[in-house]
Amino acid sequence: MASIDTPAPSAHSDSGQRNILARLWYNKEARGVFLQILTVAILFSFIAYITSNAIANLELLGKTFSFDFLNVPANYDIGQTLIEYDSKSTHLRAGIVGMLNTLLIAVCGIITATALGFILGVLRLSPNWLVSKMVYCFIEYMRNVPVLLHILLLHASVVHLLPKPREAQEWANIADSIFFTNRGVFSPMPLPQDGFGWVTGAFVAAVAGVFIFSRWAKARQDATGQHLPVFWISLAALFGLPLLAYLLTGAPLDWDTPALKGFNFRGGFVIRPEFLALWLALSLYTSAFIAEIVRAGIMAIGRGQWEASLAVGISRGRTLNLVIIPQAMRVIVPPLTSQFLNLTKNSSLAIAIGYMDVVATVGGITLMQTGKEMETMMIVIGFYLTVSLLISSVMNWYNNRIKIVER
Amino acid sequence: MSDATTTQSYAPGTHPDMPPPLLSSGVIYWVRKNLLSSWTNAVLTIVAFWGLWVILPPFYEWAFADAVFTAVDRSECQSLGDGACWAFIDERFKIFMYGFYPEPERWRVVLAFLLLFVALGPLLFDNFPYRGKAMLFSMAYPFIAAWLLLGGFGLTPVGTDEFAGMLLNVIIGVTGIAFSLPIGIVLALGRASQLPAVRIICITFIEFIRGVPLITLLFLASTMLSYFLPPGTSFDLLMRVLIMVTLFASGYMAEVIRGGLQAIPRGQYEAADSLGLKYWLSMRLVVLPQALKISIPGIVNTFIGLFKDTTLVIIIGLLDMLGMGRASLADANWAGLATEVYISIAIFFFLFCFAMSRYSLYLEKKLETGHQ
Repeated sequence: MASIDTPAPSAHSDSGQRNILARLWYNKEARGVFLQILTVAILFSFIAYITSNAIANLELLGKTFSFDFLNVPANYDIGQTLIEYDSKSTHLRAGIVGMLNTLLIAVCGIITATALGFILGVLRLSPNWLVSKMVYCFIEYMRNVPVLLHILLLHASVVHLLPKPREAQEWANIADSIFFTNRGVFSPMPLPQDGFGWVTGAFVAAVAGVFIFSRWAKARQDATGQHLPVFWISLAALFGLPLLAYLLTGAPLDWDTPALKGFNFRGGFVIRPEFLALWLALSLYTSAFIAEIVRAGIMAIGRGQWEASLAVGISRGRTLNLVIIPQAMRVIVPPLTSQFLNLTKNSSLAIAIGYMDVVATVGGITLMQTGKEMETMMIVIGFYLTVSLLISSVMNWYNNRIKIVER
Repeated sequence: MSDATTTQSYAPGTHPDMPPPLLSSGVIYWVRKNLLSSWTNAVLTIVAFWGLWVILPPFYEWAFADAVFTAVDRSECQSLGDGACWAFIDERFKIFMYGFYPEPERWRVVLAFLLLFVALGPLLFDNFPYRGKAMLFSMAYPFIAAWLLLGGFGLTPVGTDEFAGMLLNVIIGVTGIAFSLPIGIVLALGRASQLPAVRIICITFIEFIRGVPLITLLFLASTMLSYFLPPGTSFDLLMRVLIMVTLFASGYMAEVIRGGLQAIPRGQYEAADSLGLKYWLSMRLVVLPQALKISIPGIVNTFIGLFKDTTLVIIIGLLDMLGMGRASLADANWAGLATEVYISIAIFFFLFCFAMSRYSLYLEKKLETGHQ
């Protein structure tokens, strides 16, 4: 913080002979400007120095700095792709596939980790001694073991403990349609036929209806104090309307059921073991941290809030939902944001088990094939910085929405 | 009560205490209160018991009852029992700990590790005897440890490529934390500075470090760092990794210390200013001692995080404890023991990190009472 000024130079004019530089040095503003110029100069000369080194090194190796390699065919396969991709596609497309895979694991992980974390956090505070202690053991085990170890252990478990496809055909399945094998989890894939548009339409209508209904119900509650079971009605509408449309239009949906062909299942929808292990590990690991955050958040709300709510006859569950959690969210959201960021960053460990995320595609195989360390690393780092920035701005927006309105 | 009145009489106030009613004390009371206080609670209890029943007995059988503790290879393991094969861990334990460090020189590793605790003592406990002098030893410790581990000056030199196993985790973790502390302090002060240029540079650096995964930074270290050095120079991979891990940790350290700085009331800064202390003096004598003290739990937590993250170096080919474990899976005599290996490494990390997190909790509690 601010250091105290020595008396202004003019006060010393009688003692006289200070030169101008010393006077500037003892002036706070002037010194500030000087220090900043010095810092910036050092920084820029450092950057210039390493840039010149980089240019010299690249020249020595006969490399150029360009992003042209992105248009060259990648010549490698990717196990799981969200968009169309084969080995003749360009490095650019491989990179996009990797980025989408990272985003997929991040989004899936964030959703499950948040849900599980809230459940665990609430159970940790349960009056039930046994449940609370079991959750405590789980949380401590998860938090104190490296996430990479969780990923490797779960991957090894999925690959070793789940049966081979042939055995899964016999016992590890649900209703002969969902198969748990060491090559992944296979389930039927819905194939929409003509007329499925009605079902989609019904779903969209249900979403719109629920939105309008919940606003109306809230306005009604504010006006009259009467509470409608909004949640159950919404749930019924969201599932009921599409189901009704589905039955009325004559079930316009075909299922592509996986079938055992040779050594593996073909067809259907498959969750690969790499994705499964990574997803489970990241969700469980992060949920332990989120549970602690939720617990701290709930405990930060005074007992009085519980007692007041119970005193006016609101049940424990509704007290938690309507009184405690909304207030606790203000404490929970900022650390929750950093957990989301951590999960996204930890998804880069995918490379250890061969899930092809952005680090494994662009920063891994593309880098090895093209030898473009600078360019590929710039893409990877730029990608992560963008995603981090995006997540934190969304969460900041949410945090501003829920924070106490001070009048 | 009726018994007491008929058989014996007491003067007022001399009646011995009656035992509490059965339902408000003892085991039954405890079970009713903690396990069966409501319907939902009773259901939860049943579900929890069912979960324990599903998990614990098979795990006990696998890990203890049917497990094999001494064997020469996997096939002998399998013939002795169909549980876990801990014999493998027993055989590899030393190599998991010391890596490839030459066997006759391993006392140096143990000594360096023990001295680490001596060096940590004065930093962690206020009432350490001769704290001031001991602090000097703590300052010198990194150099003493480097000398012990690397050799030279009378000791047999050991190359950094022989560092592996737990030794590597501890080296990276401790070096990262030790060197990131001063850098983190400077960054945190820079972030709180009133000079915009300094502030912007520090914020950019901190946010950059915190925005990218450690893996990418390690990739930078292994592939790109040498590009930025003068042509012809190169230094070994471990050194590059240490530099990157230190930079990484200092980004997080800066945020922890910023929290500490923000917790110091403005009056402290103003008091230091009004005493006529210059910026650095006021920081060194007034602000930082207080800020660092309340940051210690955060620093310990950062260390736990960093220590767990040291396992990431296997991605760029260094063999830490997890890396040694994974490499040992390739042994043909001991095929298919991934679960045993990973679980024992997990237990090791758990013990280490759990102990540290308990310590940081204890500190938080201690500091809390001190402040209120």
